[in-house]
Amino acid sequence: MMGRNSERGGTGGLGDLDDMYEAIILDHYRSPRNTAPVDSPDVDIEVNNPFCGDEFHIQFRLEDDAIAEVGITGRGCAISQASASLLAELVKGKSTGEVRAAVDSIRRLLKGEKITDEEADVLGDIEALGGVRKFPVRIKCALLSWVGLDDALKEHLAR
Amino acid sequence: MSISDPEIVTRSRRFDVDAIRADFPILSRKINGQTLVYLDNAATSQTPRQVIGALTDYYERMNANVHRGVHTLSIESTEAYELARTKVATFINAPEPESVIWTRNTSESLNLVASTWGQANVQAGDNIVISAMEHHSNIVPWQQLAAKKNAELRYLGVNADGALDLASIDSAIDSRTKIVAVTHMSNVLGTVVPIVELARRAHQAGAVILVDAAQSVPHMPVDVQALDVDFLCFSAHKMLGPTGIGVLYGRKELLEEMPPYMFGGDMILEVTYEDATWNDLPYKFEAGTPNIADAIATGAAVDYLTELGMDNIWEHEQRLTAYAVNQISKLEKVKILGPKDPSLRGGVISFIHEAIHPHDLGTALDRQGIAIRTGHHCAMPLVRSFDVVAAARASFYIYNTESEVDALVNGISEAERYFIR
Repeated sequence: MMGRNSERGGTGGLGDLDDMYEAIILDHYRSPRNTAPVDSPDVDIEVNNPFCGDEFHIQFRLEDDAIAEVGITGRGCAISQASASLLAELVKGKSTGEVRAAVDSIRRLLKGEKITDEEADVLGDIEALGGVRKFPVRIKCALLSWVGLDDALKEHLAR
Repeated sequence: MSISDPEIVTRSRRFDVDAIRADFPILSRKINGQTLVYLDNAATSQTPRQVIGALTDYYERMNANVHRGVHTLSIESTEAYELARTKVATFINAPEPESVIWTRNTSESLNLVASTWGQANVQAGDNIVISAMEHHSNIVPWQQLAAKKNAELRYLGVNADGALDLASIDSAIDSRTKIVAVTHMSNVLGTVVPIVELARRAHQAGAVILVDAAQSVPHMPVDVQALDVDFLCFSAHKMLGPTGIGVLYGRKELLEEMPPYMFGGDMILEVTYEDATWNDLPYKFEAGTPNIADAIATGAAVDYLTELGMDNIWEHEQRLTAYAVNQISKLEKVKILGPKDPSLRGGVISFIHEAIHPHDLGTALDRQGIAIRTGHHCAMPLVRSFDVVAAARASFYIYNTESEVDALVNGISEAERYFIR
C-alpha cells in the first residue's frame, strides 16, 4: 500500500524528512562507530534523558590530555544515536580543550547561532546535525551525548 | 441487519461521523501538506464549533463576575455558570449539583483530595492503595501524602496482558486502608478497571474510593452512584471542552467535612479581622473568581456528548479500537501493549516498534499529517515495567474513522521504508 504522500503524487515517501535525517545521520544511526568497550577508561559515565528514555554509556581513555580511545553504546532515537556516533568519531585524538570547544560549537549551531568557518571545519560531517534545528523538540536528542561528555570532561579536569 | 430496522436507522443518524467531523474546524487543517489525522485524544480532544461558540457567546454577551453583582450581566453569568455545573452533575449522575466542584484539571482535583481529605484522614501506619497503572498525577500526590504522614503507599498489580491483577486486592486492601485511588481507564494501556468491585472492597474495609476518570468520562457512560464511588476526577479538555477546567465530584458528606483547599474570595461566609467562616458547598472549594467562561463551555461540551449519547460513543470507539488492534497487529515489527481483547480496553493503543524509536516514528508520522503521542505518557513506572522506556500511542474519539486507522498503519509502513534498510 502506498503512503499518504505517494497517494497525492508527492515526493513518494518521506522525502522532506531528509531535512532532519540527512544521509550522514541515517548512516551513523544504522551503523554506529566506536561501540567497543574501552579498557581501563579514565572516564566512564551514563547519560540519559528520562523523557524519551534515551541512554548512553560513554567511556574514554586519555593520553597526555588527548582522547586516545573512546567507546559509546546505548539506545535512543536515530538523532541521539547518530549524534553519539558522530561524537565518538570526532573526539578521537583531540585534546580535552578541543573537544570542549567542539561541544560549544555544536550547542551554538543547534541554537541557531552562527559558527565560524574554522568551527565548521572542525565539525565536518557533524554539521549535518544542524538540520535538527527545524525540529525544536529533538534538539535535546542531538545534544544528549555531547552535554554528557562535556560534563564528564569538566569533572575529570577539575580533579 | 435490515436498513429499515428503526433502531439502526436512528443510531446511524445520531452517530454520523461525517456530520460530527464538520463540527470540528481543526480537522480540515493541513499538516505538512496532508489533512490532519488527529490520534492524540488521550492527551487532549479537539473542540467543536458549539463549544467555541459558547466561549464567544459568553465574552460577547454576558461577561461579568459571578455570585456578586445585582446587575443583569452578573445575574446571567451566574445562572449560566451554575447551569453548567448542573449539566455536569446530570452527566455523571451526581445526586446534587453542589457535589460538583470546578477545578483547573484532573491533577488539581486529585491534589485537592490528597491535600484536604488526605491531610485530615490519613495517619501514621495507615495505607493508601493505588494501582501500578496510574498516571503520574495519581501517584505523586499520594507519595507526598504518605511521606508526610508516615503512611504506606501500596500498589495493585498489573498483569502481563495489561489487566488489573485482581488477586493483588486481597493483600493490598486491609483495615488500615484509608483510600483506594485508581484510574478508571489506563491512559497507556487502555485497560478498563473494574471500579464497582474495587469500590465494594474499599467500602468493606472502611476506606473511601477515588477514581481518576480523566480517560473514562469522555468516552463511556459514567454514573457515580452506580459505580458507588466517593470521589471522581476528570478534565474538560479531554471531552471536547476547553483547557484549564476540570471537575472534582465528591460525596456530599465527605466534602462537607473536608477543610478548604484554597482561601480567598467566594469561599468564605463571613470574614472578620481575626477569623473567617467557610461558605457552603461547592463554593467552599472555589476560592477566587472561577473559570466562568470555560465552565460554561464545558456545559456546551456535555450537551454535545449527551446528544450523541455516551453509549453510542463507547460503541463507536469499541468498533474503531477492534479494527485498529486488528490492523496494527498485522505489522510484524509492532507490538501492542495492554489487553488483546478489545472489549477489555478503551480507544487507547500504545505500541512499540522493534526497530524504530517512538520519537522517530512520531516525527515520520507527523510529516504525513498524523498526530500521535510518543514518550512515557506520564506513566514512567508502568511503561518501564514493560521493559521499554518509551512507546507510541494512538487514541481515538468521536470523529475518528477507519480510514484514519488505515492512514496510521500506512504511515508506519512508510516510516519502516525510510528508517529500515
